[in-house]
Amino acid sequence: MIDREQVLHVARLARLELSDAEVETMAEELSGILEHVDRISELDLSGVEPTSHVVALENVLRADEPRPSLTRERALENAPDTADGAFRVPSPGAS
Amino acid sequence: MSDTALSELTAAAALKKVEAGELEAAEYASAFDQARDDLNACLWRRDESAAPGDGPLSGLPVAIKDIFCTRGVPTTAGSKILEGYVPPYTATAVSKLEAAGATVVSKTNMDEFAMGSSNENSAYGDVLNPWDHARVPGGSSGGSAAAVAGGLAPCALGTDTGGSIRQPAALCGIVGLKPTYGAVSRFGMIAFASSLDQCGPLTRDVFDAALLLRVLEGIDPRDSTSTGIPGCIELPAGGDLHGLRFGVAKGFSDETEGVEPDVAELFRSTLALIEAAGGEIVEIDLPNATHGLSAYYVIAPAEASANLARFDGVRYGLRVDGDENNQRHLDLSRRSSLTQTLGEMYERTRSKGFGAEVKRRIMLGTYALSSGYYDAYYGQAQRVRTKIADDFTTAFTTCDFVVTPTSPSVAFKRGERTQDPLAMYLSDYFTVPMSLAGIPAISIPAGLGSSSGLPVGFQLAGPAFSETRLLSAAHALEAAIGFDGRPG
Repeated sequence: MIDREQVLHVARLARLELSDAEVETMAEELSGILEHVDRISELDLSGVEPTSHVVALENVLRADEPRPSLTRERALENAPDTADGAFRVPSPGAS
Repeated sequence: MSDTALSELTAAAALKKVEAGELEAAEYASAFDQARDDLNACLWRRDESAAPGDGPLSGLPVAIKDIFCTRGVPTTAGSKILEGYVPPYTATAVSKLEAAGATVVSKTNMDEFAMGSSNENSAYGDVLNPWDHARVPGGSSGGSAAAVAGGLAPCALGTDTGGSIRQPAALCGIVGLKPTYGAVSRFGMIAFASSLDQCGPLTRDVFDAALLLRVLEGIDPRDSTSTGIPGCIELPAGGDLHGLRFGVAKGFSDETEGVEPDVAELFRSTLALIEAAGGEIVEIDLPNATHGLSAYYVIAPAEASANLARFDGVRYGLRVDGDENNQRHLDLSRRSSLTQTLGEMYERTRSKGFGAEVKRRIMLGTYALSSGYYDAYYGQAQRVRTKIADDFTTAFTTCDFVVTPTSPSVAFKRGERTQDPLAMYLSDYFTVPMSLAGIPAISIPAGLGSSSGLPVGFQLAGPAFSETRLLSAAHALEAAIGFDGRPG
């Protein structure tokens, strides 16, 4: 139901690098799950509103009061790589 | 009082001694520090004892699922991608417990990013079921359930997205409560599926669950979906089941295909106990509940694929560079000379950092949300969700609570379902519909299966924000059941 090409396309969208073996297993497993999931596609639900939120809530607002936030140092504490008080990453490259 | 005796007490019983001056809060807070963790239930345990604060929970030791951020204490969500992450802030649910005097004694193991029903998806090893080490404790809050059942803490925090509090509670023979969606703040709780995730307690009995919920619930300015519970949570007191109607849905009970005989037998005997205690069993219809799993396995992975996009090796956690053996802790000069693009770094980090089940769900969710499939999958699933919620609303016009078995099976053997994702997903059959509808549900022990000798859970669900009534009924039923089994 879902083939190798589709798996590779979705993996690219999800920023996952899959090994050849993973691609095979993924195609098989996702097909199995989607087959189960597809049972709902047969239900006639025209006119039924999709749920957007389970509890009836309307624009929840709070007072716009300034509060201390994380300092730059604390925000950077867990970073794998930093430079000049910022997160450092490899170049986005030509692609 | 000896530590062994203390570990036998419920939270409420021990706190009463603290209040009466018979027990020092500090002594209670440290009572579980020496207990051996032979279940791999804990990923972190405290090694120094800070003085417990004052409050209604003063001295109470709590185990916290490792999905809650805790300032200064490593938080992994069971994932390699967060190895070494030490949050700069604490989740609201944890802060509230601490402000009430409770002490965090451990962070508990879990399925990676709360995705799983057996705790076999943790990057830090399986958790063992205290009743039988060859079996799973359930998941994803498996470490929290095992810690409470195995005497490592009197109570624990867990999260429930499709059954992750209730199912492990059932498989470990304890109580697990999933409150109404929004009742407890999600701030600082690492997100899996934001429209479903809810925090709740795992405890030895129903009274303790009420005690914790009272502290946990409330509106949090830092979580705009938090609602608290209108009114206040009354602690259950005695109570009986007279005049209460318990709805059993055809096709969604003990007669459902795949329900093990032990589970079916204890479900029926519990219904008999309800009637003996004055409650009434009524037949209800939940025609769409059987589609719950299908809808859930579209909605939850779709939301997860978006939530987990943040793990990219930039701001925290693991980063894997060009040479896959050259990870974040290696020297910077060599790393900076590597040629690779940002996109390659993202892909390598995510591929090394996430486990198989997490990748599977990210793929499933990304596929369901991808161009051309969105309405067929996500849109349709959200329509099914509306139908399921409507079914419950209708059911609650003729009954006070909906009851089901919590899990179709008792604790299964480790490794038994790891090769078949679909079989694993069926563990959530009875718990997913309540999550989709956002309503509160509790699992209490119904007893030990006559052939397996393992715990079986009984689930009660009520309308949104009915926690006080739900806890009161569960409390009365718990007394009628009289379960006091502990793992040997």
